[in-house]
Amino acid sequence: MTRYTTPTLLPATWLVAEREIRMRLRSKSFLVSTGILLLLVVGSIVAMSIFGANQSLPKIAAVGSAVTAVEATEAFDVTEAATVEEAEALVRDESVEAAVVPSEGAVGLTVIGLDEEPRSVVSLLSVAPQVEILEPSDQNPGIVYLVAIAFGALFLSSALTFGMMIAQSVVEEKQTRIVEILMATIPVRALLAGKIVGSSILAFGQIVLIALFAGIGLLATGQNILLGEIGPSIVWFIVFFAAGFVMLAAMFAAAGALVSRQEDMNVTITPITTLLMVPYFLVIFFYDNPLVLAIMSYVPFSAPVGMPLRVFLGLAEWWEPLLSLVILLASTVAIILVGSRIYENGLLRMGAPVKLKDALKA
Amino acid sequence: MLELHSINRSFGARRVLRDVSFTVAGGRMTGFVGGNGAGKTTTMRVILGVLAADSGSVTLDGAPVTAEQRTRFGYMPEERGLYPKMKIAEQIIYLGRLHGMSQTQAKHNTENLLERLGLGERMDDTVETLSLGNQQRAQIAAALVHDPEVLVLDEPFSGLDPIAVEVVLNVLKDFAATGAPVIFSSHQLDIVERLCDDLVVIADGEIRASGSREGLRAQHSLPRFELQVGGDVGWLRDEPGVTVLDFVGGYALFDVDSEATAQRVLQRAIATSTVERFAPQVPSLSQIFKEVIQ
Repeated sequence: MTRYTTPTLLPATWLVAEREIRMRLRSKSFLVSTGILLLLVVGSIVAMSIFGANQSLPKIAAVGSAVTAVEATEAFDVTEAATVEEAEALVRDESVEAAVVPSEGAVGLTVIGLDEEPRSVVSLLSVAPQVEILEPSDQNPGIVYLVAIAFGALFLSSALTFGMMIAQSVVEEKQTRIVEILMATIPVRALLAGKIVGSSILAFGQIVLIALFAGIGLLATGQNILLGEIGPSIVWFIVFFAAGFVMLAAMFAAAGALVSRQEDMNVTITPITTLLMVPYFLVIFFYDNPLVLAIMSYVPFSAPVGMPLRVFLGLAEWWEPLLSLVILLASTVAIILVGSRIYENGLLRMGAPVKLKDALKA
Repeated sequence: MLELHSINRSFGARRVLRDVSFTVAGGRMTGFVGGNGAGKTTTMRVILGVLAADSGSVTLDGAPVTAEQRTRFGYMPEERGLYPKMKIAEQIIYLGRLHGMSQTQAKHNTENLLERLGLGERMDDTVETLSLGNQQRAQIAAALVHDPEVLVLDEPFSGLDPIAVEVVLNVLKDFAATGAPVIFSSHQLDIVERLCDDLVVIADGEIRASGSREGLRAQHSLPRFELQVGGDVGWLRDEPGVTVLDFVGGYALFDVDSEATAQRVLQRAIATSTVERFAPQVPSLSQIFKEVIQ
């Protein structure tokens, strides 16, 4: 009779990971929620650009030969007026910001304002000298806030979604007792590694997809400048997320292994989800506090949110993300070691939730 | 041949297995019987290596079983478990692949087994849509998919209707015929009596009896006979060396002090009337069971 050789650790891990991915991709709720998430990202970028476009085109009225001159700049929403008086009337009733009319002067144009000099219109019509800024000021605080929330929310939602997924998958195996067959077939390490790899690939894939959609969205709506500013921090976010998620996945797997029923899962999951909320709220309340951000960017749980934000704000030296990444990777390894011990000891214990102390001891 | 040598195992202060030793011969079906909490499942988990023994060893063909060999065992745990939302064929193929089969081999074996177990039509249904009896059949396919070297089944027949029992039994017998040791536990003694070649009885974590079914019967049979004659057997009461236990008209149940006494009774019966039946009374498995677990 044929005797099959059991796969070694790596192929076994991959088989487990592949099943996790296949089953998840088959779940309609997962596909729909990913679709909604992507739509939200693209939608908010498009909304930003429409909102921005409406704001940036000042309305002016123009008369005669001035019409061609102002339309050539493509910087105005131009209303054509027949006479100078008609243009002035439009300025008076505030339906336009200013009126541009032909005149005798060197430029050949006169700008008419209501009660003060319409500077934005003037500057758009002026020939500007080369500008060089030695110490650029902070980014637009509104955008900083948005980016901070985006990183925070994305990390929280991905970590929660995929973390819960891994914990549920562990409990499912325990609850249905298939874990006994699996343990008799492949090493427990391969089972745990497969779960972590599978859900990490999914989480990572989703984040990369979101980043791509965000990038394409920014390009397509002509917000190249913003993309240039935010691009590097997105890349750092992805790198930090990858390492941070593996760490969280190990914690969620261990938490799942401590209980025997889905109903009991909250008991062991809540401490982790609470821990995940912390960086989210910190970043919402302290996005403009460099000290809090600096601390956040080195603490393993909040580094995936804190460090990319500091990179975006230009607050981080070039070596800082690397150092923080090393700290994160080291904690990931440590947590995987502890987590796999809890996981192995928890798997065959049925009944009431296992105490953390007991799972570590046995 | 799978052998257990003086296996001990405790959970905390409770000793669950005490010096458990027995043999599961290749090519034979070994029934493993015992009451609730007697230690059947723990013993099976130790065989599979899912639980470690405190002391003692499990050997296969004389050498200690390695972790690598254990992965080639087939196991059906007491608590049935398959992924509820996965298709039946898909997950049995998956389990086959975890045992190192190629996709093609696993698919071939899975389809073959599911056909034989009567689940051919349901291969693409998810497990949660199956009745309990059918889930059980799928579970047996899961234990057999990789042509295991040793098959360990915890209560494989519980919850099956008589027809399903026959179906599963035939699959298991075919499998045992390939020469692999097969051990299954059960508390349905009538089924075990009918199915198994060898028997191991466990009570309170101790092996109380083990050996071939016929051997055990012979060992535990009393010198007890049944006699049914055309006429009256009242004379039996006066026969020396005979203790009559039951007596109705031409029927008598009696113990004898020796084989010679039994022969003498038979000769006298033939001489006095027509003998319709004269037979040694073989104890049923449940009688033996009750006797040895006391």
